[in-house]
Amino acid sequence: MTPAELDAVARTVRRECGLVLTPDKAYLVDSRLMPVARRWAKPSVEALARELMAPDPPRDLVREVVEAMVTNETFFFRDRKPFDQLKAFVLPRLLAARADRRVIRIWCAACSSGQEPYSIAMICKETPQLANWKVEIVGTDISTEILRQAEAGSYSQFEVQRGLPIQLLVKHFEQQGDRWQLDASIRSMVSFRQFNLLDPPDRLGTFDVVFCRNVLIYFDLPTKSGILGRIASVMAPDGVLYLGGAETVLGVSDRFQPVRTQQGVYELATPDARQGPVRMAAG
Amino acid sequence: MKSCLVVDDSRVVRVVARRILEELRFEVVEAEDGREALERCREHMPDAILLDWNMPVMNGIEFLRTLRAAEGGAAPVVVFCTTERDLKHIREALAAGANEYIMKPFDSDIIADKFGQTGLI
Ligand SMILES: C[S@@+](CC[C@H](N)C(=O)[O-])C[C@H]1O[C@@H](n2cnc3c(N)ncnc32)[C@H](O)[C@@H]1O
Repeated sequence: MTPAELDAVARTVRRECGLVLTPDKAYLVDSRLMPVARRWAKPSVEALARELMAPDPPRDLVREVVEAMVTNETFFFRDRKPFDQLKAFVLPRLLAARADRRVIRIWCAACSSGQEPYSIAMICKETPQLANWKVEIVGTDISTEILRQAEAGSYSQFEVQRGLPIQLLVKHFEQQGDRWQLDASIRSMVSFRQFNLLDPPDRLGTFDVVFCRNVLIYFDLPTKSGILGRIASVMAPDGVLYLGGAETVLGVSDRFQPVRTQQGVYELATPDARQGPVRMAAG
Repeated sequence: MKSCLVVDDSRVVRVVARRILEELRFEVVEAEDGREALERCREHMPDAILLDWNMPVMNGIEFLRTLRAAEGGAAPVVVFCTTERDLKHIREALAAGANEYIMKPFDSDIIADKFGQTGLI
C-alpha cells in the first residue's frame, strides 16, 4: 500500500469518526479492509483505498471502511470497579436525588456489542429500590453492524466467560445451542441508537450517568475535548461521567472534575453542579 | 502464597492449568480424581480448587458434595472447569456449592477472570 493510499484511508476514518490511524497501523488497515474490498468486488485493498480518494465515494463504502477500522473489543463488567461504584455510590445518590420523579437515564456513549449497557441493566435489575422506577439506558455507537449485534443480545461461550459472574449467566441468560441469549427483561431496559460522538448529542436527551469508556483513547486531543464538552452539555447538573481506565479529563477538558473519593468518576466542574439546586433529567 | 488444587483426570489439562495458576502465583497441588482430591484436602485444605466434572472413581460433583459436608470443607473457593456446558449442569454445580464455573476450553484470561470474580486474586 502506498503512503498516498494509506493516507486516503486515514483521512477518511479521521473525518468520519475521529479515529487517528498512525502509519505503523498499515498492517491493521490491510487485514481489516480485506473483507470490505472483497464485498465491494475490488481486486485489492489498494484499489479500495483509491476509491476513497475520489471526490464523492459511496456513503455505504465509507461506512463499511469506518466500521471495519474501529475496535469493538468489550466485555461484561469491564474492570469491575466502575460497576461496583455505580451500585455502591452513584445509584444510592440518584435514588435520593430523584425520589420524586423516579426516573434515571444512563447513556453508554460507545457501547459496542452491548456488554456495557447490559451490565448496567443487570445491576439496576438487582437493585430492589429501583423496582418502581423508570430506568432508561441508551446505548449508542457509530457502527450499525455492532449495534445490530447488541440489540440481538446473543453471545458466544467465550463472551459470556469474560467478566460475567456465573450466577448472572444462570439468572439472565437462556442457552440456545452454543450461544447464550440474554432475557427480554434485561434487553428491554436498553435502547440502542446509532450516534457519532463527533455530532451534537442534544436529541438524545439529558443523562444522569454517562459511560464513555475506552473510546477517547483512539482520538487526538481536540477531538477528545470536543466530545467531553458535548457530553457535558447533555448531563444533569449532578450527573456523573465514567471514562475508561486509561482515560482522564485532566488536561483535556475543564468541563469536568474528578469526584473526590471515587476514582475514575467525574462530575461537572461548574459551581452550579456543586452548590446549585438539583435539576431533573428530561425523561 | 495461596494454594490451588487442580482436579482433572487428564494430565495435559493439569499441566496447562498448573502453568497458568503458577503464573498467577498459586502453589499448585494435583489430583487425578475426586477420591484423590479428598485425600489432598484432608492433608491440607487449599484456598482454591479447579475441578473437572467427569472423572473415574469419583466425579467432580460427588467430590464437591462430600467436600462441602466435611469439616473445613466450606472454606475453599471451588471453580468447576468442565466440558459440561449446559444450564442444567451449571445449576447443579451451583446448588452443590460451586463458586464459579468455567466451560472448557479455557485459557489464562478465563481463569484469571473467574478467580478474580471470586476474590481469589
Ligand atoms: C473499544 S469499544 C469500547 C466499548 C465499551 N465502551 C467498553 O468500554 O468496553 C469502542 C467503540 O467505540 C465505537 N466508536 C468509535 N468511534 C466512534 C465515534 N466517533 N462515535 C461513536 N462511537 C464510536 C466503536 O464502534 C466501538 O464499538
